[in-house]
Amino acid sequence: MATTSATADPLVIAGKTFGSRLLLGTGGFRSLDVMAAAIESSATELVTVALRRIDPAQRGSIVDVLAAGGVKLLPNTAGCFTARDAVLTAKLAREAFETEWVKLEVIGDDRTLLPDAPALLEAAEELVDEGFIVLPYSNDDPILARRLEDVGCAAVMPLGSPIGSGQGLLNPYNLRLIAEQAGVPVVLDAGVGTASDAVLAMELGCDAVLCASAISRAKDPAQMASAIRLATEAGRLARRAGRIPRRLYAEASTPEEGTPEFD
Amino acid sequence: MRVLLNGQEAEIAAGATVRSVLSALDVPADARGVAVAVDAEVIPRGAWDARELGEGARVEVLHAVQGG
Repeated sequence: MATTSATADPLVIAGKTFGSRLLLGTGGFRSLDVMAAAIESSATELVTVALRRIDPAQRGSIVDVLAAGGVKLLPNTAGCFTARDAVLTAKLAREAFETEWVKLEVIGDDRTLLPDAPALLEAAEELVDEGFIVLPYSNDDPILARRLEDVGCAAVMPLGSPIGSGQGLLNPYNLRLIAEQAGVPVVLDAGVGTASDAVLAMELGCDAVLCASAISRAKDPAQMASAIRLATEAGRLARRAGRIPRRLYAEASTPEEGTPEFD
Repeated sequence: MRVLLNGQEAEIAAGATVRSVLSALDVPADARGVAVAVDAEVIPRGAWDARELGEGARVEVLHAVQGG
């Protein structure tokens, strides 16, 4: 019996193997306790973390909670609007978290939080040259995804829709093209609102889903983390199983042969 | 001597180091998830004790928060 066992179908990014295909963003949780419960329910092995000015009044250390959860850290460069700031933030994160991995964000607009494509590419190239494992938060643009892969990014992370919008996958066609052409893992990042969005992303051929607000701002984050974990696994299985083609008309599943005639 | 510490003007002793500023912020020497930039340059943990701050230095002391 086939299982969803990750050992049979692992996600590999930059040579590192992950049993889970769900990456978890830590932004938006009401408390570290709620976050810890969601991490456990999600079964994630890779979680994002950010850097901000120190607040001596802050209670509890997110680093300690994440260490206790046994997850790998993926620092982000959230809030950076220039390649220069993003590169500096990535270097600071490398010092703070002792990892070369970075979720590269270079934002172009504070209303949509959409990536600034030229600046993203510039920062990605510089960080790859500096030895970073770069996972760029990207527009859902197949050509940009290819350029990011060409400069040496370890994955590409196109958005489904704007960060925190919960609008799901606005351009499934582009996401499918990105997944088809990519030689590195494709992680659907941003826009997931609920479990079905994660299923669709995986069915389109994405290798993983990164989810923050959909879980952290849900009424019951731990329960939503379970739902999106299962959705990610279901979508992956369905993708591998191969869906039937869409048809305009019905195709009977019961044979016509042997149908009785009563008149 | 005045510096700009996390965007706020702060008075520190002449010859103060990154380490002494961190101590004033109650950041322990072995703190995890902490990074420091001075004038937009990363100061590695190993250099915190030695790195002195100049007049008007822009010091950013960052720590891990939820995000992403």
